[in-house]
Amino acid sequence: MRGAHKREERVQPRSWQKPEEHKTKPMSYAIEAQNLTKRFGDFTAVDAISFNVAQGEIFGFLGANGAGKTTAIKMLIGLSRPTEGDASIAGFDVYRETDQIKENIGYMSQKFSLYEDLTIAENIRFYGGIYGLSRKRIKTKTTEIIQELGLEEYVNRLVGDLPLGWKQRLAFAIAGVHDPKIIFLDEPTGGVDPATRRQFWEMIYEAADRGVTIFVTTHYMDEAEYCNRISIMVDGRIEALGSPAELKQQFQTDSMDEVFLKLVRA
Amino acid sequence: MGAVKIEHISKSFGDQSALKDINLDIAAGTLFGLIGPDGAGKSTLFKILTSLLIPDDGKATVAGLDTVADYKQIRRIIGYMPGKFSLYQDLTVEENLNFFATIFGTTIEENYHLIKDIYVQIEPFRKRRAGKLSGGMKQKLALCCALIHEPEVLFLDEPTTGVDAVSRAEFWDMLQRLKEHGITIIVSTPYMDEASRCEEIALIQNGQILQVDTPDNIRESYEQPLYAVKATSFYQLIKDLRAAPFTKRVEPFGEYLHLTTSGYFPEEAIYNLLKEKHHEQIEVKRIDATIEDVFLELAG
Repeated sequence: MRGAHKREERVQPRSWQKPEEHKTKPMSYAIEAQNLTKRFGDFTAVDAISFNVAQGEIFGFLGANGAGKTTAIKMLIGLSRPTEGDASIAGFDVYRETDQIKENIGYMSQKFSLYEDLTIAENIRFYGGIYGLSRKRIKTKTTEIIQELGLEEYVNRLVGDLPLGWKQRLAFAIAGVHDPKIIFLDEPTGGVDPATRRQFWEMIYEAADRGVTIFVTTHYMDEAEYCNRISIMVDGRIEALGSPAELKQQFQTDSMDEVFLKLVRA
Repeated sequence: MGAVKIEHISKSFGDQSALKDINLDIAAGTLFGLIGPDGAGKSTLFKILTSLLIPDDGKATVAGLDTVADYKQIRRIIGYMPGKFSLYQDLTVEENLNFFATIFGTTIEENYHLIKDIYVQIEPFRKRRAGKLSGGMKQKLALCCALIHEPEVLFLDEPTTGVDAVSRAEFWDMLQRLKEHGITIIVSTPYMDEASRCEEIALIQNGQILQVDTPDNIRESYEQPLYAVKATSFYQLIKDLRAAPFTKRVEPFGEYLHLTTSGYFPEEAIYNLLKEKHHEQIEVKRIDATIEDVFLELAG
């Protein structure tokens, strides 16, 4: 059994027959996953999950520790090859088009995003360079980001010296330096003070309003409440999916914390 | 009798002021919450109270003992669970617990009644090295080790940070039961929603205490009218509400925005204004303030 899966994984060149199909297809969803599965030996880490995320949607991806969130995300961003199932990100296939996926997504985590001993401008230049932006484009982007965040006076300050709230907003802006269609956020505001957290979410709303899709992973339930829709993973499966209001109604409770507890303890 | 008394405590690191003139009086037997974001000064205050750090100014006593002069006695009667996991990663669960019992001159058997509820949950893993435990298990073991000498005052620095919602809820249930043993428990947390699990709380930000009271009194101290508002386009909604004549503040609050107005306005007036701005699926309702509303008001 175990060996069979491994071999299957290698010889399964999913939909190589019609590579042009995706390019002509109109993009209705930013993220589509159909029966996406990952097994490690006889352990099924992600068990046939299916969901869609619309363009411009703020989607929360939740689960207890060890529920399979990280494995699922690795498949979505092209870092881990699925054992079975299909998924596309910004219209690109997770089996064949992993390079295009990486060009079209941005990533930000609260803990690891910026180089503290580089200045604001240097951080922007560094990430712009990594994503292959032209020198001219990097220059315009730098001006844009600095103006938008009102950081004119601090361009040459080390990022490490900035207050947390500014760092965070800068990290989000830099995650979008290459104008990705989807931005992945990993626990973006855990532990952050309430005022800073709100400034951050306003930035996210603004990005979503521009049509950027936001994919948030978190285990802070109060962070989840800011999302348009939420999925909750338990033991490798998506056990709940809906807006915070729908989920609270479905589980007959008035807090997301309770929804989560009911699901995980069930 | 006061379990913890803090008078005019200040502490700076270089030119960074971590605590500014802190005053607190915590009664014995209280489950007390110190609530504030990262960098507020919670851990610094805990280190001063547990005698690990000397304040620049002011004084503090724990169970009547001075944190500087009587540091040796203090260390014997307190339990401390630091924010960072500080048990021996390469000792097993059982070895860690035995170690802490031994250095405090007691045995696991002697105080087993205190840790029983918690220990039974990790007992199946007693031969496992602490470094190999899950986050929730580590937290339970750390709590057992902090309790094994039956402390009078227990300091828990962000015990629920990075732990999932299920373990968090269980942890607060455990604290509730421990309180019944008469132990004073002082917990710090960045989660505003955990405030209601405490009998009394202090809101702290930038090294200053903003308010101290019971969670209910703190919620009720918010005196302005507060509304929850929702519509399809959140970004536009924020902009339109900020521009409205009645608005004092607008803050995103999960699936709703919280709107504070200067004076009472009927829900309908707010609804109509948004209708005029072509918002869809509008919802407006008057609500009671949460701890977080108060925090934003005080910190802002």
